[in-house]
Formats: sequence, structure tokens, C-alpha cells
Amino acid sequence: MSHERRGLEFWILTVFFVLFVLFLYGPLSAILILSFQGPSGGLTFPLNGVSLHWFYDLTQQQAVGDFGGSFRRSLMLGIGVMLVTVVVSLLAGLAFRRKFVGATPLFYLAVASLVVPSIIVSLGIGVMFQQIGIPPAWYSSAFGAHLTWTLPFGVLIMFAVFNRFSPSYEEAARDLGASSWQTFLHVLLPMIAPSLVGVGLFGFTLSYDEFARSLMTSGTYNTLPLEIYGMTTNVTTPVLYALGTVTTAFSFLVIAATLGIILWLGRKRARG
Amino acid sequence: MTIAVEQAAAARRPRTRRAGIASLAAYLQAAPLALILGAFLLAPLIVIATVSFWDYDFARLYPDFILMNYQDTLGSWVTWKTYLNTLKFAAIVWAVTLFLGFWVAYFLAFHIRTTTMQMVLFLVCTVPFLTSNIIRMISWIPVLGRNGLVNSTLIDMGLIPAPIEWLLYSDFAVVLAMTHLYTLFMVTPIFNTLMRIDHSLIEAARDAGATSFQTLTNVILPLAKPGIAIGTIFVVTLVMADFITVQVMSGGQSASVALMMRNQMSLLQYPAAAANAVILLALVLVMVAGILRIVDIRKEL
Repeated sequence: MSHERRGLEFWILTVFFVLFVLFLYGPLSAILILSFQGPSGGLTFPLNGVSLHWFYDLTQQQAVGDFGGSFRRSLMLGIGVMLVTVVVSLLAGLAFRRKFVGATPLFYLAVASLVVPSIIVSLGIGVMFQQIGIPPAWYSSAFGAHLTWTLPFGVLIMFAVFNRFSPSYEEAARDLGASSWQTFLHVLLPMIAPSLVGVGLFGFTLSYDEFARSLMTSGTYNTLPLEIYGMTTNVTTPVLYALGTVTTAFSFLVIAATLGIILWLGRKRARG
Repeated sequence: MTIAVEQAAAARRPRTRRAGIASLAAYLQAAPLALILGAFLLAPLIVIATVSFWDYDFARLYPDFILMNYQDTLGSWVTWKTYLNTLKFAAIVWAVTLFLGFWVAYFLAFHIRTTTMQMVLFLVCTVPFLTSNIIRMISWIPVLGRNGLVNSTLIDMGLIPAPIEWLLYSDFAVVLAMTHLYTLFMVTPIFNTLMRIDHSLIEAARDAGATSFQTLTNVILPLAKPGIAIGTIFVVTLVMADFITVQVMSGGQSASVALMMRNQMSLLQYPAAAANAVILLALVLVMVAGILRIVDIRKEL
């Protein structure tokens, strides 16, 4: 390896990468800083003093629709979608390890779920519920709508995991007299647990942040992204940024907790 | 001889029974996925296709078989202009995200030496994509606005006399925000394919006298094609489906197909929106099928 020649390319790309990261995080930090705007401050820089005024405003019912309620709904929806995504993706991943009639169409249906524009799914489910005569709600129609987005990710991740998974571990367990269930519980599950946690993270965050699929399907009560969207059009104070900071902080917390769990699982396995 | 055959048969018997149970298990395991996608993807798409032929007024839908919705959609000059505009966004955002995504993935795969560091930097890129799209979008407003960070900095430095108007609420802002939202969908699949390139291939190319540039165009790029194809599918379908970025970042001055659908939906013109949905879906599926001819995604996972 010639280090000198690699050197120039390396430094150019390092600068490029740093700029890219700034591009990703820059605007987010602008919102973060502006959410601490003083009570008389506006939507842009400079800061007119520093305060927690807008965070306090956020807790007042009249200031921003129903922030607490929409957060609770999004949280419950996200957890539900996460659980279903993990279980169904794991089962589908196990199924795809064997040959069965309809495996290829089912796989392409999952891929189709990924490429069908979200607003079409939203419209379709909304009109379908309307025609059947069931009022759409966040826990029924929106739940299904979110699954069409999280499941293909979960299934593709499980597909990739099992593609790299050698069946010899399970054969060894079976040769040692383990039942199918024991093999699954004590051999397979611990090995793929970190990937399952990853699928769970995808399931939760994709649902928690989903907007387009909730649009026609959430019924009377808004989910959080719909609430935030409503605010962008009619709120002209930094309370909008305070909401942005709070939800982003929550997302970061979820990501950090997930990574913690994955690392913990890895270390537990390494210790044996 | 006969004993051997009998033994073989005896050995086979439990195995075939086991295989029977196993294949039954496969159907049971696949059933939840099939049921959910059937109920919430296939059925709604059938509903949309059906409703696109229905009649409607301001109050309700009337089951029918008329071509009016398609005639209205395809016969309108606005529709064609909107489709062209959406394709324009898709092309520009695709080109920009491909450029950014490839070089970020290339840097991570070939210039970062330890796996831990690769994973840490990859996570740094991933984290913003797991936060709210809407928040990330509106976070550009204090940066690009008339009195935003960019304009006030440039004015303070004396570089421009008056704020630049086209930074926010313009096609530029739409492309910038979409790039911001969707680049990771290009980085991840390309990074995935680059990580699987055998480094000895690159050394071989170098030993044979190839320059860095030649190695890139003759070895790395062809091997990265599947990742580029998958990233392209993601970015193109996301941009084709986007309405909120176009609406917020263009300030209502630009249009996309999905935004047109959204407006029809808010006017309760569901059959018109459904006709639009069928046309958009056909267009997206043709594009994806075209890309899938280049790459077999099942092999790439």
C-alpha cells in the first residue's frame, strides 16, 4: 500500500465526509439552538436571550393542539407496530429459508410494499375502510398502513441475516438431541437477537415518524407527525422548534437505548 | 443389497415426514406476512383500481364504470406538466444523492481501516435518518429563510447587498431538502456492496499498473452496480411519492404528482385521486422493473 498516494485522496474525502456530516446535523442544531429562544424572540437568528419559555409553552394545551395526546398515540402505535414487525419478520425470515409454493410472489409483494408510493397506500386504505363502513382510526387502519412500510424492511433484514446464517449450528444442536423448539430458543434466537433488536428499532422509528401513510388512515385523532405538520402551517413561534427538539431528543434516546441493548447482547454472547 | 435398500428406505421415511411438517411450518410462518400485506397493500390497491372508474360528486362516490377520471387526468395539460416536474425532481435528486452517497460509502469502505470506526461513522450518518422527516425539513427554514442564517451571514460579510430570495420556497430548496432526507437510502446499499469487494482485487489492479481512477472505473464501479441500483430504487420511488417536501419547501410554488393527489383527496375527489394513483403506480413500477433488470436483489441481500 502506497501511503503517500492514498494520502491525498484520503484527505479530500475526509473533508468531503465532514462537510456531509455538517450538512446532516447543521440544520438540526439550528432548531435545537432556536428552541431556547427568549420569550420575545422569533423564528430566526439571532437569539433574543435564552429561556425555556417555548418548552413551557409546549405543555400548555391551547398553544399547540393536543401535543400530549398525539405523542401518546404515536408512542403506542410505534410500540405495537414494532412488536408485530419483529414477530412477523422473524417468522417470514424462517419461512423463506425453506422452499414453499408462493415464496417468490410473497417476496416480490414485500418489495412492492416498499416501492408503492406511500400516499397511494394511504388513499387505498382510507377509501377501503370508508367503503366497508369502518371509521379509520390510528389503532386499526393507520396500524396496517404503517406495517406496509415497516414489514418489508424487517423481512429484507431477516432475509439478509438468514442468507449469512450457517445451518450447521442448528444441525449440531439437533445432533446433540435438541428439539426444534430448543434449537430455536437456545441456538438460533441468541445468534440473531441483535438483528431482531435492529428490526425493532426500524419498526418503531419508521412508524413514530410516519406522515404520509397516516394522512388518510388515522381518523379523528392525530398522530404526532400529523400534529407537527399542522403546526408548520399555523404556528409562527419558536414553540414549533421546541416540539422539534423534544421529539428529536426522544428519537435519539430510543436509538441510544437500542444500541445499548445490541452492545449488551453482543458482550453477553462473547462472554458465553 | 436388499438390506441396504431397506435401511435407506427406513432412513428416508422419517425424513419425508419431517419435511412434510417442515413445509407446513413454512406456510404457517409465512402466513402472517401474506395476510397483512394482502389486507393492507393488495386489497387497497384493488380498491383504488376499482374506485378510479367510479363516479362522484361532492358528497359521495357512485359505483360505475366510466373513464372520465382518466380522461380528465390525462387530458389535462396541468397533469403532464406535474408529471414532468416530478420526474425532473427525481432525476436531479437521484444524481445528487448518487454522487454524495457513492463517495460517502467509498470513504467508509476503503479509507477507514477499523471495522469499529466504520460502524461508528456509518451510525453517525444513520442517526438523523431515524428522526422525524418533517422536523428535519422545517429545520432548513431558519437556515435558508429571508432572514436566515445563510443570508444574514453573507450580508454581514458584505458579499451580497440583499437577501437571496431563491434559497427557500423554491425548487432549489426542494432538491436540497430531499437530498438531506434521502441520501442515506443511497449510502447504505452502496456501502453494503463496497464492503463485500475483495481487497485483493484492488491490489491486483494496482499491481497491474492501474491508476486509482482506473481502478475506480474498471473494478470498483462495476462491482458497486447492484448497490447503486438498489439505492436508485429507494431514492426514485421516495421522490416520486413525495408531496410534503414539495409543498413545504417550495412554499406551494411547485407541484408533484403526489401533491396533486393530496389536493384532490382534500377536496374528497377520491376517484380522480385514484386514477392519478393508478397512473403514478404504473410509472413507478415500470421504472423499478427497468432497474431490476440490471440486478437480482434476492442475490444481493
